Amino acid sequence: MKLTREATEYLTVGLLAAVLLAFTMTLDPFRLNNVGKYLSFGFVAIGIVLTWGYGGVLSLGQGIFFGLGGYMMAMFLKLEASAPELPDFMVWSGIEALPVWWEPFYSLPITLVLIHLIPAVGAYLFAYAIFRKRVSGVYFAIVTLALAMTMTVLIVGAQSTIGGANGITDFRTFLGMDIVDDASKMVLYVLQVLVLFTVMLAALKLTNSRLGKILIAIRDKEDRVRFSGYNTAHVKAAVFALAAVLSAMGGAFYSLQTGLIAPSLIGVVASVEMVIYAAVGGRLSVPGAVVGAILIGFLKSYLSETFPEYWLYFLGSIFIFVVLFMPKGLAGFFDRLRVGRALGGEAR
Amino acid sequence: MSLEIAFMQLFNGVSLFTILLLMALGLAIVFGLMGVINMAHGELMALGAYVTYLTALAFQAVAPGAMEIYLFVAIPMAFGVTFLFGYVLEKGFICWFYNRPLDTLLATWGLSLILQQAYRSIFGAQEVSVPLPTWLTGAWEPVDGIQLPLNRIFIIGLTIVVAVSVYLLLYRTRWGLRMRAVTQNRAMSAAVGIDTKKVDARTFALGSGLAGIAGAVFTMVGSTNPGTGQLYIVDSFIVVVFGGVQSLIGTVMSAFAIAQTQTSLEYLLSGSLAKATILLLVIVVLYFRPNGLFAVKQRS
Repeated sequence: MKLTREATEYLTVGLLAAVLLAFTMTLDPFRLNNVGKYLSFGFVAIGIVLTWGYGGVLSLGQGIFFGLGGYMMAMFLKLEASAPELPDFMVWSGIEALPVWWEPFYSLPITLVLIHLIPAVGAYLFAYAIFRKRVSGVYFAIVTLALAMTMTVLIVGAQSTIGGANGITDFRTFLGMDIVDDASKMVLYVLQVLVLFTVMLAALKLTNSRLGKILIAIRDKEDRVRFSGYNTAHVKAAVFALAAVLSAMGGAFYSLQTGLIAPSLIGVVASVEMVIYAAVGGRLSVPGAVVGAILIGFLKSYLSETFPEYWLYFLGSIFIFVVLFMPKGLAGFFDRLRVGRALGGEAR
Repeated sequence: MSLEIAFMQLFNGVSLFTILLLMALGLAIVFGLMGVINMAHGELMALGAYVTYLTALAFQAVAPGAMEIYLFVAIPMAFGVTFLFGYVLEKGFICWFYNRPLDTLLATWGLSLILQQAYRSIFGAQEVSVPLPTWLTGAWEPVDGIQLPLNRIFIIGLTIVVAVSVYLLLYRTRWGLRMRAVTQNRAMSAAVGIDTKKVDARTFALGSGLAGIAGAVFTMVGSTNPGTGQLYIVDSFIVVVFGGVQSLIGTVMSAFAIAQTQTSLEYLLSGSLAKATILLLVIVVLYFRPNGLFAVKQRS
């Protein structure tokens, strides 16, 4: 039986989700938690597949949205952890009253809404303004890079109200539930896999829809799409906003999984690393992006613990290798195998 | 605000301007003129800084008496080594990526990671610094209350020399003529018999060499560590993009505007807030002038 490309993609996503769920039975809690951490970057990578792979818009600032999500979740958790006192870093800096913009984060529903709403609205308005001026390609990448830098500079400078360079840490309960014990980590992990599964399905649905086709058309020849009557700036900005929401979700899960969010996790370097997750997995493959995030995340933990001096050599070479020899990433590699077999071993 | 403070502010602005300009000049050639987006440009600056450091060590070991003049050897050395490195880089690496700007960006980012780790393996993770010659320490005090650090004055002078040389090279020599021809119309230049590949390699090498000079200058105002380059790369890109690519005079103006605004803001706000304000201002200005502040109108 020959599967269509679309069916294969859905099958891969299902298989991936099954494998990730199977990890709960085979991995010890520590490793499971690590996989959960890598999966938070999987959300970001899916967003990058949509904007970069399909839309041709490379953002080097996804860390901004990852950070927004992560910080908002951390603010909620921190308020719960330190209630009825102020968060510890505020006390140390002599802040006496909670800043107004912390107030909404007492409530979980409001926090969850804001985690999605702020990145979506912010990203859409920013991107629409930029794209309407027909700034694209490298310039857009540099502007997002500058924004990522701005965000870290601002956070590092705001020691008293947002924790500065140390970030926000030391929270261990979620709605009164202990989130550091093994059982709740398991619950968290399963929840994350289920959300990720839904996101992957939705992303696949999008790429196979009319909108997906328009995105590809914009990537390949934006002028023609514009001449056909589409508002390409709106389409690109909408997808960019979607990617921002996905990044924010990833960030929120990251805070929950690791109990920490800090400027170094969301800055320029981290933001560029997020692109490589998608590039390694395959910039056109939704499940590939998640696999790329897990793979690079795992290698990062493994190499930087065992051979710290080789990690950067390795990461740097990966960047170069993928760009030169595997522009479609791992997914492209498997695709070629599949197509090769379907054509009776005859390579295209 | 007293007159002295105002004057010192102005001087600080000019000083920052020259440093920004040195950083951005190389990038203005590589990115602005050639269109190659080299994220490893910062690491080339770090290379220049390390070459300066090595030269200082060599002088200390071989000719301690001549330490006073080592900078006059170190700066050409920094230029020469990064020039050669840039040449090899273009021939063996960059040339694969022409017309693939986003791929170049990622690949050169990878290269920058490798270079950083290489510096860490060779020179160690800690900061290294070079001794300043005695004639550059201290300050010049033209009137009471105004102190102008000598090293900053030296940097201002050096920047003028470098900027004028680049101008003369680009606009008054055959080599510069070919460079400008190739960057403006590659096909036509090739048709009239210019070896465009050779010109590409040399242009890239020149931009890299300028990064080396910037690196040498960094050692005079701060210390160097393997991550030094990464600190400056975004700033350099901002200067070039803000000024308008393809416009060297734009780079000069934009470095000046950014430097003066930044030093004034730093006087009024905290350092990080000033920095963030600058970045946001640049983004806003780019929104209204997407091609940069001083873009040259031309057919694409």
